[in-house]
Amino acid sequence: MPGFVLLFAGEAELNYGEKGMKQRKLQRGVAIVGAGMSKFGSFPGLSSRDLFVEAFQEMSASVDKGFDPRDIEALFIGNYSSDLFEGQGHTAPIMTDWVGLTPRPATRLEDACASGAAALRQGMLAVASGLYDMVLVGGIEKMTDLPIERVTDTLATAADMTYEIPAGFTFPGMYAAMATAYMHKYGATTDTFLRVGYKNHEHGSLNPKAQFGQRIVDIMEARKASAVKKGLPVPQWADEYEFLRDNRANPQIAWPMRLYDCSPVSDGAAAVLLVSEDLARNFTDAPLHIIGSGQASAPALHSRDTLTAIPSAREAARQAYEMAGVTPADINVVEVHDCFTIAEIIASEDLGFFAPGEGWKAAEDGVTMRGGARPINTSGGLKSKGHPVGASGVGQVIEVWKQLRGQADKRQLAGSPALGMTHNVGGTGQTCVVTIYERR
Amino acid sequence: MSSLDFSGSKFYANLAEKRLVGSQCKKCGKTFFPPRPMCTECHSGEMETVELSGKGKLAAYTVVYVGTSAMNAAGFDRKNPYCAGVVELAEGPCISAQILGVDVTKPESIQIGTELSVAYIERGEGDVKKISLGFQA
Repeated sequence: MPGFVLLFAGEAELNYGEKGMKQRKLQRGVAIVGAGMSKFGSFPGLSSRDLFVEAFQEMSASVDKGFDPRDIEALFIGNYSSDLFEGQGHTAPIMTDWVGLTPRPATRLEDACASGAAALRQGMLAVASGLYDMVLVGGIEKMTDLPIERVTDTLATAADMTYEIPAGFTFPGMYAAMATAYMHKYGATTDTFLRVGYKNHEHGSLNPKAQFGQRIVDIMEARKASAVKKGLPVPQWADEYEFLRDNRANPQIAWPMRLYDCSPVSDGAAAVLLVSEDLARNFTDAPLHIIGSGQASAPALHSRDTLTAIPSAREAARQAYEMAGVTPADINVVEVHDCFTIAEIIASEDLGFFAPGEGWKAAEDGVTMRGGARPINTSGGLKSKGHPVGASGVGQVIEVWKQLRGQADKRQLAGSPALGMTHNVGGTGQTCVVTIYERR
Repeated sequence: MSSLDFSGSKFYANLAEKRLVGSQCKKCGKTFFPPRPMCTECHSGEMETVELSGKGKLAAYTVVYVGTSAMNAAGFDRKNPYCAGVVELAEGPCISAQILGVDVTKPESIQIGTELSVAYIERGEGDVKKISLGFQA
C-alpha cells in the first residue's frame, strides 16, 4: 500500500507521454485550402444551422482559386451538446442539408469542448486514408438559449457525473482547483490570472469576430460612464487591475477564478476545407499543410497523478511535435484552449513553451502578449473571442489560417510566420487534440 | 463478487451506510477509489472490495459562488458559497468531495495539505434523500 504522501506537492518529473513508440506518419499529406467562421457571440433567434451556413459561406469565399461545393465528399461536424442546448440531436445531416450537400456522408464528433479538433482530426484521417480527396470539417454550438444554471449543468455533463459533479464541482470550480494546486506548488498569485484575461481582451479588441472585442480599460470606462448617466456614485479604479480585483466589477465565480477569468457562453460556428496535399495548389497558392497531429485521453481530474499539468495535452503535443519533426521553439503562432485563465498558463507549459512552473512568470512578464517573445492567443482566445464549445477547436484554426497567410489585419504578427499550432481541450483534459500547421 | 459491487450505485449505497468502500486488485494490490470493476493498472479482473480509513489531505480546492443546480437547491448561492476539493486519501487514491469546516469567507486562508476526515452529507428527505461525499477539516 502506498505511503501517506502529499502527491501533488512533490517535485516528481512529469511523464511526457509514452516514450519510444513508433513514429506515426499520415499515409498521405492533408492541406487546408479554405477556412471561415461566423461571428461568435449571443445571437437570439439564430440556431446552430444558421451559424454554420454563415461559416460555410465565409469558408467558401476564402478559397483563393474557387471550388465547387459538390466536390466535397464527406462532412465531419464537431458539436458538444446540441441535444441539451437546442433540444436537437443528430445534427450532422442537418448541417449537411442546410449547405446543400446531402447525400454526402455526415458524422458528428463529440469530445466535449475538444469536439471541433476531434472533427478536424477525423477529417484529416479520412483524407489521409485515401478514401476522400476533399472533406468539410465544421464546428457548431448554440449555447445562449438556456438560462445560465442549465448551461452550467449541461457543461457539467462533460465531467464525471457520478464522482465529480456530486461533490459540487462546476467547470470553473475544477479549473479553479487546478489553479490552487498550481499557486501552492509554483507561487503564482490571484493577480497572475488577471494578467491573462487582460491580455486576451487586448488581443480580442483587434478581432472583429470576437464576442467581447473590448479591452478591459474600455469595459472599465463604460462602467464609469454608465454610473454617471444613472446618477450613481462613480467607482474610482486607479487602473484595469484595480477594476479586475473589485468583487463588484469582477465577481468571484469559483475562487480564484473570477468572471473575467472565465470564457463566456457563446453561439458560433466555424468551417475548414481539407484536401489531399497533391490537390492543394488547385485551390490556393498558400495552403496550410497539417504536418503534426496528436490526440490523447485522461481520467477524471482527481484520478490523475498531477493537478498542475494536463497529461493528455502533454501526450498530444508529444505526438504532434514528433509527427511534424519540429520543436516548441519552431512554432510562430499558437492558439491554446484558455477556457479559464489558469488553463492558458498550464497549456503554455504542457506545449513545451515554458518549463513547468515558469508559465505564470511569462504571463506576468508580458512574454505572451502579441508583441512578446511568445505570443499566445492573438485571436483573443476563448476568453475574448468566445467559446461556443463544439466550434472552438475549428475556430482556433481560422486564426492560424489568417496569421500564417498574412491576413490577420491589425493583429497580424510580424515576421511572416510559417508554423502554427492549435491546442483544444475537452473537459478538464479528459481529451486533448494538438495540431501543427505549415504554410508552404 | 459481481460488477454491481464496484458500481456507482453501490458506492452511494455504501456511503448511505457511512462506509467508504473502494476496490483492490487481488493480483497487483493496487487500491482504487472510487471502486472500479477491473484493475486499470495490470488489467486483471480479480477485484475485491476494501474499506478505507476516511483519512486524507486536501490536494486542491475552490470556493464555488456559482454552483451546480443540485447545490443551489441545497441552499448555496453567491452569498453562501461552498468549498469543493480534491482529497488525497491515506491509502493513496484521490477523490472529489465537498470540503466542510473551512472558512469559505476567506478562501485564501484554506491550506492545501490540511488533514481531513470523511463526512457523509445527507440532503433531502424520504424518496429524494441523497447522500454525497464530504470531508471535514
